[in-house]
Amino acid sequence: MKLTEIVKSLNLQVACGEQQLDKEVCGGYSSDLLSDVMANSKKGDVWITLQVHPNVVAVAMLKEIAGIVMINGRMPEKETIEKAESEGLPIMTSDSPAFELVGRLYEMGISGKR
Amino acid sequence: MEMKRKGMKNRVLFQQEFEIQGGDFVNAGESSCKIRNTLREIGINSDIIRRIAIAAYEAEMNVVMYAQHGTMKINVYQDNILLIIDDKGPGIENIELAMKPGFSTATEEMREMGFGAGMGLPNIKKNSDVFQITSKVGQGTSLEIKILLNGKNG
Repeated sequence: MKLTEIVKSLNLQVACGEQQLDKEVCGGYSSDLLSDVMANSKKGDVWITLQVHPNVVAVAMLKEIAGIVMINGRMPEKETIEKAESEGLPIMTSDSPAFELVGRLYEMGISGKR
Repeated sequence: MEMKRKGMKNRVLFQQEFEIQGGDFVNAGESSCKIRNTLREIGINSDIIRRIAIAAYEAEMNVVMYAQHGTMKINVYQDNILLIIDDKGPGIENIELAMKPGFSTATEEMREMGFGAGMGLPNIKKNSDVFQITSKVGQGTSLEIKILLNGKNG
């Protein structure tokens, strides 16, 4: 499934990386602990988090995350957007809490197990 | 702090060194990203790259969070990759305790940013074939992370 379909279905706002929304999503991971994401996320995951600081970009790039969804109406910091833009990493935002987003993604066939 | 290295019979095929600034959270992780990109360019197997990326990132973040300054060196040999991180910093008083999953001395502010889960050193060890840590309180900490390559590119 492509990120564009997820953006449409979950009504996500795209904060940056609009050109890279045709990336394929293979699964999902939800965590706010960066070491946990480093250890357990997988390539091609969509990452659901409340973290909005620039370090999420490095984690996402190292783990080849397809895109980040920031929850509860939290907006990425300016440096986060700058870094993500230069790396071509899509960041999306939503007013919904993590539980809601993960549930909707699961319904769409995005799983945390692969 | 410089660790004594011995028995390096292998010739270094590739070498790179990065400076890490303590407290620089904005650029934190960039050295690890550069290492990952370089290893990709020289054709290292993706599972090996994944393990090195995790180890390098956790080690880099430890320098950013706790030390004043550090260096991260990567040496690629015929049959292994060696990552060496040396920092000038407070050092670790009790290494055994620091290696315990869940133990962290991170500040409240770092924890709010999602750091300080007490997973850094355990993650590094888990992804290394050989892991050595030495530290002197008041001077700094050194890590040696070796990942073996099987066959040509791991």
